[in-house]
Amino acid sequence: MTQLALVIDLNVCVGCHACVTSCKEWNTSGEAGPMVDKNAYGENPTGTFFNRVQSFEIGTYPQTETVHFPKSCLHCEEPPCVPVCPTGASYKREEDGIVLVDYDKCIGCKYCSWACPYGARELDEQQRVMKKCTLCVDRIYDENLPEDERKPACVMSCPTSARMFGDIHNENSDVSIAIREDAGYQLMPEWGTKPSNHYLPRRKIKIKIHKDELERVDNPLSKEERKRHNAPGKGPSLDDMTTW
Amino acid sequence: MHPAFSVIFLTTLIGAGQGLFLALFTGQIFSQFNLMPEQHNSNFYVIGSLIALVLMTLGLFSSFFHLGHPERAWRSAAKWRTSWLSREVIALPATMAGIFAYGLAHYMGWTSPIFTMPGGTAVDATLLTGLLATILTYTLFVCTGMIYGCIKFLQEWHSPLTVINFILLGTASGFTLVTTLSAYMKTDLTSFYASWAIFFTVLALIFRLASLRRNKRIKPISDLRSAIGVNHKNIRQMAQGSMGGSFNTREYFHGKKASFVKSMKVIFLIFAFIIPLVLLGASLGTPSAYIIPLIAIVIQFMGLIAERWYFFADANHPQNMYYQQIS
Repeated sequence: MTQLALVIDLNVCVGCHACVTSCKEWNTSGEAGPMVDKNAYGENPTGTFFNRVQSFEIGTYPQTETVHFPKSCLHCEEPPCVPVCPTGASYKREEDGIVLVDYDKCIGCKYCSWACPYGARELDEQQRVMKKCTLCVDRIYDENLPEDERKPACVMSCPTSARMFGDIHNENSDVSIAIREDAGYQLMPEWGTKPSNHYLPRRKIKIKIHKDELERVDNPLSKEERKRHNAPGKGPSLDDMTTW
Repeated sequence: MHPAFSVIFLTTLIGAGQGLFLALFTGQIFSQFNLMPEQHNSNFYVIGSLIALVLMTLGLFSSFFHLGHPERAWRSAAKWRTSWLSREVIALPATMAGIFAYGLAHYMGWTSPIFTMPGGTAVDATLLTGLLATILTYTLFVCTGMIYGCIKFLQEWHSPLTVINFILLGTASGFTLVTTLSAYMKTDLTSFYASWAIFFTVLALIFRLASLRRNKRIKPISDLRSAIGVNHKNIRQMAQGSMGGSFNTREYFHGKKASFVKSMKVIFLIFAFIIPLVLLGASLGTPSAYIIPLIAIVIQFMGLIAERWYFFADANHPQNMYYQQIS
């Protein structure tokens, strides 16, 4: 079975919000209707977004590190938002595991948003229905697009390639390999929601050098060696094998 | 969570309506089994059922204000196999129909025995419809409570105490209401109902205090470490990704100061329990003065609105961890 998902590399994300704007641009122009923006230039701007980049500071100054953390619907394999929906507007697709909302069936009761621990669902204040990331379902199957563009808008726009898209149930897909080999993890695994989207942790490349590796023990050019070899009756040696 | 008045009024009004019906039927059962002087005033049951129906209709009406698309509300009966909300949507009109049938049976005077039980008790249509409506009433209580109780990561709600409190608070307010009605209609049952109302109010207080105690000691299962997957004790949000608010900052926060929430707790404990208990005690002695239980039910209902407000405000949603800092 297929389970499409995103894998987001926190080691690479620079927090530029390109995925946020491209997501909004693609999805607000789609046939499902615009994603509302209220007071866009006013004091308290608010609106519907499927994707946000948040920033966290880890540690205490001066030992701190900033982690930029893109957050969107995780398309859980056990989505808690789906069974609570009274109308069946929220559903998980059999064929590719994408969790979607049928905007024509949704009554806007917000119960699914209570049942999502990640806060991935938002009520659109204009259309009065629940909206969430669709994994650009109107893009990834579009045969009018060149094949390498059949990816979610956020993945297309990421300048550092921090976002990968693919089938996490296919063991040989890029995303599965990344999860397996680069320690991909899920958010809040304690609730048993089995999020499909994975995150790759910050990874620091460090070289381990021991002190005795910094100095060659039998360096023939060292002061001591040269003194020893230049002593009367003893010439310099090469590899302690040859003398001249 | 953000306390929405549509849901506060829905749950308190239908709770009082259900409790009122249970009180009526309890009175009937007691007189049926000759534990009390028989109540011949069928108007009492008819008017009582009518008030219960009015309360539940008002609750149902108020619930529509919670919906983004009220005109599609009929769709919400579809997923009763998985959704407690869907089950409530079916149970609410079914209970109202049951209570209507009960009131109708009394109104039409269908009291000729359909069959007689071995003990010699005559079973008539009012008893049968009442029994059916009782089952439906409890079903509705469980559905309403489980809407909140079934969400496991809202730890303050994920407890049997949620359902128990919905049942007990609704029943207590229903019995207080029926005491008023009984005193107004000058039946012999006022003292009987007042003592039951005291019993349920005390019981509801005990269980509400138990849930307050439980929620005070809750240790959150999730923290920022599992929320973003960084294993460090000191994680602080710098930016939540938006400069203004969003649905996430409005729907899951009560938006009030901690002192306000705390004062709400004191208010509901006094209004929903202490004052009504004093007044109900007073009306035990003066069963004909309907003004005393009338004040009791008005104050208790205000207290229950505060209680439900606090119930929502008290629940801390794990998504709030992602929305600590605007900038």
